Amino acid sequence: MQNLIVSASPHQRSEMTTQKIMLRVIIALMPAVVASGIIFGVRAILLILLCASSCVVFEYLSRKLMRRSNTIYDLSAVVTGILLAMNLPPTLPFWMAIIGSFVSIVIVKQLFGGLGQNFANPAIVGRIVLMLSFTTQMTTWVKPFWYKTADLTTSPTPLSSSIEKLPSYLDLFLGTTGGCLGETCALALLIGGLYLAFTGIISLSTPVSFLGTLALLSLIGGADPLYQILSGGAMIGAFFMATDYATTPVTNKGKIIFGIGCGTITFLIRQFGSYPEGVSFSILLMNILTPYIDMLTKTKPLGAKKEARKNG
Amino acid sequence: MKRLNGIHLRHLKNTQDMKTVKLPLPDRVTILMSQNMGAECSPLVAIGEKVTVGQKIGDSSAFMSAPVHSSVSGTVVAIKEHLLANGGTCQALVIEADGKQTVSAEVVPPVINDKESLVAAVRQSGACGLGGAGFPTHIKLNFDEKTTPIDTLIINGAECEPYITADYRELMENPADVIGGARMLMNFLKIPKTKICIESNKPAAIEKLKKMTSSIPEIEIVPLPSKYPQGAEKVIIYSATGRIVKEGELPSAQGVIVMNVSTTAFIFRYSKTGMPLVSKRLTVDGDAVKKPCSVEVPIGTPISEVLSFAKAQDYEKILAGGPMMGLCIYDTSAPIVKTNNAILAFKKAKLPSSTACIRCGRCIKACPLDLMPEALEKAFDRRDLAALKELKVQLCMNCGCCTYVCPAKRPLAEKNQLAKLEVRN
Repeated sequence: MQNLIVSASPHQRSEMTTQKIMLRVIIALMPAVVASGIIFGVRAILLILLCASSCVVFEYLSRKLMRRSNTIYDLSAVVTGILLAMNLPPTLPFWMAIIGSFVSIVIVKQLFGGLGQNFANPAIVGRIVLMLSFTTQMTTWVKPFWYKTADLTTSPTPLSSSIEKLPSYLDLFLGTTGGCLGETCALALLIGGLYLAFTGIISLSTPVSFLGTLALLSLIGGADPLYQILSGGAMIGAFFMATDYATTPVTNKGKIIFGIGCGTITFLIRQFGSYPEGVSFSILLMNILTPYIDMLTKTKPLGAKKEARKNG
Repeated sequence: MKRLNGIHLRHLKNTQDMKTVKLPLPDRVTILMSQNMGAECSPLVAIGEKVTVGQKIGDSSAFMSAPVHSSVSGTVVAIKEHLLANGGTCQALVIEADGKQTVSAEVVPPVINDKESLVAAVRQSGACGLGGAGFPTHIKLNFDEKTTPIDTLIINGAECEPYITADYRELMENPADVIGGARMLMNFLKIPKTKICIESNKPAAIEKLKKMTSSIPEIEIVPLPSKYPQGAEKVIIYSATGRIVKEGELPSAQGVIVMNVSTTAFIFRYSKTGMPLVSKRLTVDGDAVKKPCSVEVPIGTPISEVLSFAKAQDYEKILAGGPMMGLCIYDTSAPIVKTNNAILAFKKAKLPSSTACIRCGRCIKACPLDLMPEALEKAFDRRDLAALKELKVQLCMNCGCCTYVCPAKRPLAEKNQLAKLEVRN
């Protein structure tokens, strides 16, 4: 009798792996990476490389220290690193970016159990911690193409109330305006986001409900809806951060609720809060609500009969 | 009407155009006393006794049972215990074939003139669900027309698993038997309508049956989308009629019964010849099989003979059934049983190891019954029986879509089956 493998069915698996999913997200971020290099120069690219590599190193070291399996090859740390860098101003000191990576990977992700277990988006919390710790550096915006003219005078973000002249829709769409290095170019983000949607990595439910709610509320509240969508972190948040698997609801209904919540909170912070930008906070707050949204948006199995729930 | 979830698989129906060939008679067969869902049979013959083809050699008085018959003529040489895939055991008769294939005097066409005699004849034929489930057919047919009147007979020709073409070959080679079986069932069971459901990846069969039934208004040929698991009972009932079989219900509660194509054709042939279920058409395929084929095999033939007939070499894994729901064979000396429809042999069979769940939700989008495998796995891992019940783990039919699509390669369907056991106990 020869040795035969015995295992439970099914005996075949799809080609999709976690690594392939993360690779596609990285590919989808490439247009925005290139755009940031064009708009904000080599320093932007260096910042992205630094964040990505430090995230991988932190992932490796923390897993090693906790005696867990090495997970750097799933590429999720690379995604977190790029996303974090996208949310930083181009002139941020490098050591601060490394602190951001540490917070994202070690504190937010690995201390909660690693990929899939974290309750909040690592890159977003990384950004928020940097924002609260180094407010000046995190809100120092240089003008686009500053590296060509060596003009270090700062330009306020288009959402700030102190701005004198509003940038045009075209500037916002192409990203030739002040802001975080990866969030300004709506065009590049849109290309990447649609790539993810068409390859089935993300569902459009979240970005559409997020941006739709933001536009609708802005319209009602008297703000320019298109301007609100194109500026700040709305695009990168809606397509890349609010679609993070681990920290957002699993069902389609849940994703729509999540998007509406993000849009609403972003609008409220932008309109009534003292911060000019509310995307990060809105996603973080909705991350916290995700388990409850999941609880309320369970699917109804085909033909299931309702069971009388027992107390206890 | 909502479309049920499911997955698209490569069809790999390599044997679809191959005519069924007969396997050379094996020297000895091992006939299990438990081949269908329900009670095990007791042997009716003793060691040393001579038996003939079609002779009843095992039966049971239990309600949920079907008799077994000898597939060869020869001598009973042993009665032994056989280890089944589910870990249980059953008795098995080993019969040495004399090569003459003398047909038993018991083999005479049954007299069928009403529902009662049809049900009795179907029981005597040893029929059970040949699609793989092995539900004794006569029980299905013996529905109570007062409490659960049946208005539609569904003939399941979906055959949605990759590789398998056993039912397809039945449709292509014996379409008149399938139609005859359907008409016989409609006639004696007073069912007004039949829907023969075939996946759209079998256009030749659809065309053929449409032509043959064009003058029979009560039989409708229904092409179904090729989407796994189209052939699952609840799924095909929904696809064909839009009716939902509720938790704990039998299809008859929704006015339908579902019969497999091969079962239907077999019952029809039995009504004409009286030859009980003693052989089975198998698809033999897989990447370790050099000569894929469709082969008719006497029940009880060792799987090793089927494999060597199809020139299977260097295999690491043998499946009885398809790659999605088939059972692994641990010993190739095990015999063919009534419910087998394919023997597949694979070279590289190592499955990828699993990584952390990333909550991508692909399993939820794949589940045809709208279960939440992701939540079920977590509930099972913490042995939360209340949550498992609330998430309706008992509805899982182990189609395997969730495990198939999982990018983290987690054994979701497998855990659901373990969870079902825990919930039941």
